[in-house]
Amino acid sequence: MNVLGTDDEHWFDDAAGRLIRPYTVSNGRTEPTTRMELLSMVIATGRRPHGQLGPDHAQALGLCGSVTTVAEVAARLRLPAVVTKILLSDLVDWGAVDARSPDPLADSSNPAVLETILNALERRL
Amino acid sequence: MPLNDGSDGFPSALKLLIAGGFGVGKTTFVGSVSEIEPLRTEELLTTASVGTDRLTGVERKSTTTVAMDFGRITISQEHVLYLFGTPGQERFWFMWDELSSGAMGAIVLADTRRLEDCFPAVDFFESRGIGFVIAVNEFDGTCRYEPDDLRSALDLKSDVPIVHCDARDHRSANGVLIGLVHHLITSRARR
Repeated sequence: MNVLGTDDEHWFDDAAGRLIRPYTVSNGRTEPTTRMELLSMVIATGRRPHGQLGPDHAQALGLCGSVTTVAEVAARLRLPAVVTKILLSDLVDWGAVDARSPDPLADSSNPAVLETILNALERRL
Repeated sequence: MPLNDGSDGFPSALKLLIAGGFGVGKTTFVGSVSEIEPLRTEELLTTASVGTDRLTGVERKSTTTVAMDFGRITISQEHVLYLFGTPGQERFWFMWDELSSGAMGAIVLADTRRLEDCFPAVDFFESRGIGFVIAVNEFDGTCRYEPDDLRSALDLKSDVPIVHCDARDHRSANGVLIGLVHHLITSRARR
């Protein structure tokens, strides 16, 4: 019986448990080479890295076709954020992905930004 | 490859936190306002050790994997709002600085049947100076309290808004977001 709910069913086999251990995907590494946060933005550069991408890197790259966040890539890969950051930082190292760290303090302390958000939310009503 | 910074075509991601006790409706709230189905991610967070086993002068930290549900609202080409539901089953989530760092504001969902569940969130956002509103999620069969009664029960400052909402309803939940941003604008202007 799957005790972890339907959201996790791709991660788990009823009999075998977790199908691929997360750090297998990252080849045992636990630290990304580029500092990334959940809300770092990533996008594919269009440059193909030299050599053949493994399936996990290829899947991660495939999710960066338009600008997105580390959090979304992690969720869609169904991998922990820390492993996803390693995959994405590899892609940054290989020139296949551009990344930008969030600087939300600069934005959220800006009254003009708050007004923009307010107007956008009011349009949704 | 160096990181880009500044006006490079990347939108800025802004973080809002949806906090409150376990089962209060955080993920429901995120789902009601998000333009995407709520997604789940697991992040490794650092927590200072708590409890009785602390040795004097020794700061002990440990890492814990927590699952967070989140949603997205595109504001413009330059700004995207991300709403993170804080993990409610963990009593000590408020110790995880990483979760709150850079958050522009927070919504504390409250269930009047278990009002004490939201005390830690209120304490935390007050101590960190993160602007927040209290959103009382109206469950069927709960009695309504007057805002003043709730305010004194929560020992809230007079300028923290208290709103009622139905976390399942898009308009209602979106209205809470609007209330929060209003509050952030007015409290900033008063400073």
